[in-house]
Amino acid sequence: MTQADQQTQPQAPVEVSPKNYLNEGYSLRSWLTTHDHKRIALLYMFSITFFFFIGGAAATLIRMELATPEADLVNHTTYNKLFTAHGVIMVWLFLIPSIPSTLGNFLMPMMIGARDLAFPRMNLASWYVYMIGGVFTLAALVLGGVDTGWTFYTPFSSMYSNTNVILVLVGVIIIGFSSIMTGLNFIVTVHTMRAPGMTWFRLPLFVWANYATSVILVLATPVLTMTVLLVIVERVFQVGIFDPALGGDPILFQHLFWFYSHPAVYIMVLPAMGVASEIIPCFARKRIFGYRFMAYAILAISILGFLVWGHHMFVSGQSVYASMVFSILSFLVAIPSAIKVFNWTATLYKGSITFDAPMLYILGFVGLFTLGGMTGLIVASLALDVHLTDTYFVVSHFHYIMVGGSVMAYLGGVHFWWPKITGRMYPEIWGRIAALMVFFGFNLTFFPQYLLGYGGMPRRYHTYPPEFQLLNILSSAGASILAIGYLLPLGYLTWSLFYGKRAGDNPWKATGLEWQTRSPPPKENFDHIPVVTREAYDYSSPNESGADR
Amino acid sequence: MSTDAQDSGMQVASHFESADQQRFAATLGVWVFLATEVLFFGPLFFGYLYGRTHFPDAFAEASRHTDVVLGSVNTALLLTSSVSMVIAIQARKLDNHQLARTLLWVTALLGLAFLIIKGSEYHSEWQERLFPGKGFAFSDPDLRSGVEYFFVVYFVMTGLHSVHLIIGITMTVIAALSLQQRWHKVSKERMELLGLYWHFIDVVWIFLYPILYLVGRNSS
Repeated sequence: MTQADQQTQPQAPVEVSPKNYLNEGYSLRSWLTTHDHKRIALLYMFSITFFFFIGGAAATLIRMELATPEADLVNHTTYNKLFTAHGVIMVWLFLIPSIPSTLGNFLMPMMIGARDLAFPRMNLASWYVYMIGGVFTLAALVLGGVDTGWTFYTPFSSMYSNTNVILVLVGVIIIGFSSIMTGLNFIVTVHTMRAPGMTWFRLPLFVWANYATSVILVLATPVLTMTVLLVIVERVFQVGIFDPALGGDPILFQHLFWFYSHPAVYIMVLPAMGVASEIIPCFARKRIFGYRFMAYAILAISILGFLVWGHHMFVSGQSVYASMVFSILSFLVAIPSAIKVFNWTATLYKGSITFDAPMLYILGFVGLFTLGGMTGLIVASLALDVHLTDTYFVVSHFHYIMVGGSVMAYLGGVHFWWPKITGRMYPEIWGRIAALMVFFGFNLTFFPQYLLGYGGMPRRYHTYPPEFQLLNILSSAGASILAIGYLLPLGYLTWSLFYGKRAGDNPWKATGLEWQTRSPPPKENFDHIPVVTREAYDYSSPNESGADR
Repeated sequence: MSTDAQDSGMQVASHFESADQQRFAATLGVWVFLATEVLFFGPLFFGYLYGRTHFPDAFAEASRHTDVVLGSVNTALLLTSSVSMVIAIQARKLDNHQLARTLLWVTALLGLAFLIIKGSEYHSEWQERLFPGKGFAFSDPDLRSGVEYFFVVYFVMTGLHSVHLIIGITMTVIAALSLQQRWHKVSKERMELLGLYWHFIDVVWIFLYPILYLVGRNSS
């Protein structure tokens, strides 16, 4: 769409709601058989929200148990099942699909000026496959739970645990297929569906981030699939692959498992970085600093992410020389990560900053990601890691990345694009309150855990020495604030669906093709496929696209 | 553009701008899928490498228990099937549906022959008690656990390869049936993509054959 078109196009009257993707059909069938990427994104959003609160319920019970040193709420078996359920659900059913399958699914085609993803039917299939995998995982929970931890370390998972391990493993395999379908779809879409003029270096960084994420999804997930399949083979046929008693090698399992599960961390955090790169320029009214370096940094992180898995195994008995190499490579990841943080900061410098809820979430994201990343360097150091392995320091480190990073960015993104998705504004004051509560609650929950881990409290125990109680109480208190912070958006976002004020097409006066179409967008996204003539984040130009609408 | 699409028997979906764009997307999609497949077999090759370096003697001994004659025959069958697949694709491009159909059937039958021979190998290995697990038996106690590990890798690798082959045969048969005279329903693009998948199955076997049947076989 050219600029002249935008200015001449009349604004639709508020009373008449024009055809959009939401009022194309109201039946359940029209949702469950849709090929529209926007509707599939919402199906994903409902599903991951459901699983988020189940995983959150497990976390709540964990924090309640840990409020006192003794075992007074649950016994050790139940506790093992609780943290396994929390980990499995949060990693595979929430974090992996969180931003790519919801916001990415909704926005990527619009951001590149396409009518849909390249393979709409496969997109729908990926949601069904995801749900089937979720049913397997929930079935294992209902049938008594699993006590292996989300890492399924052998030989415990393959030989000794007498819980429903196979059911969960099958669930993980199935969810993996859904990840692969999404990743494949995104890669092909970015390569083939870009609008005229949308060159690679005009792509919004959110698209770059989801592209890099998709490469990881496609290349790492099959390794997990096969590894988990081998655990099932070992368990069913009682043959030695990973069990040393039968001639296998548990370190082999750890190598294969972390070859997926470390890149999986970048599956979770790269899209979050993409969201931050959209929101910060918009609320600083400035072009992003160092666009090309931001894009290269995303690619560098995704490539380096494949080469650092051994830092999870410093104390497992792998060769010390291997550990040294993995340690150095892990330090290298800090370089592109730091480029991103510095460039976000440089974008803020001398910007006209406003503190709307999405910006509050994202500023929180930058701070928490930085702290999570810095502690990552501490656990990537060989000698320090010996002391910190399997303590709450590690637990806190990865929660700073996954919850402080990914979940904050996810919520920021949901608020930022809520007017585009629903056509309605969320109540701003509640949005800010929730953002601050999440930030405060998060820090109160997890900062004490750094201290606990440094003091030597191991993870995955339901009891602890009494001297750790004060910090644990602080952590549990923070968790309750965090829980309210997460429940609030569920309430006011639902409220805004019916009573929120109409948003207009571009309430944030943001650049980006998704803001040039209607809110909510029509089924085909654009009335005419746009022609792109500008760089991304062109906030400094006097004739900002869409700014005067 | 539209006439081109009709010629090839392909319909352009509404979210694509042109037949070219759709063709590009479909082809790239299959290549990305094949990249996934390579990584899917990755842990097995890694596990094989682990066994080959940790139990060299047992792996050499175990590879002598595979049937190199049947393995070689199977390699020949599969390579030949790729040739017939390539010619079938060319025939479809030249609108020689009769020849394309015949060659697809030849391809499928060669694949089926591979499976039958593979099955007979599994049968004799089962009888020699080489199948890992409770029934596994091996005379030399020093090599026993390494040989059993070899056969775990062997059965998982060849088993998954066979699963892929069964899928490939099914799709080839469907394509052959759809090319019945009055239908001509398989577009030239689809034929190409089917061919990509078939050759991938072939390439996997080209790696499996030497590492399972040949390496270490004649070492002392």
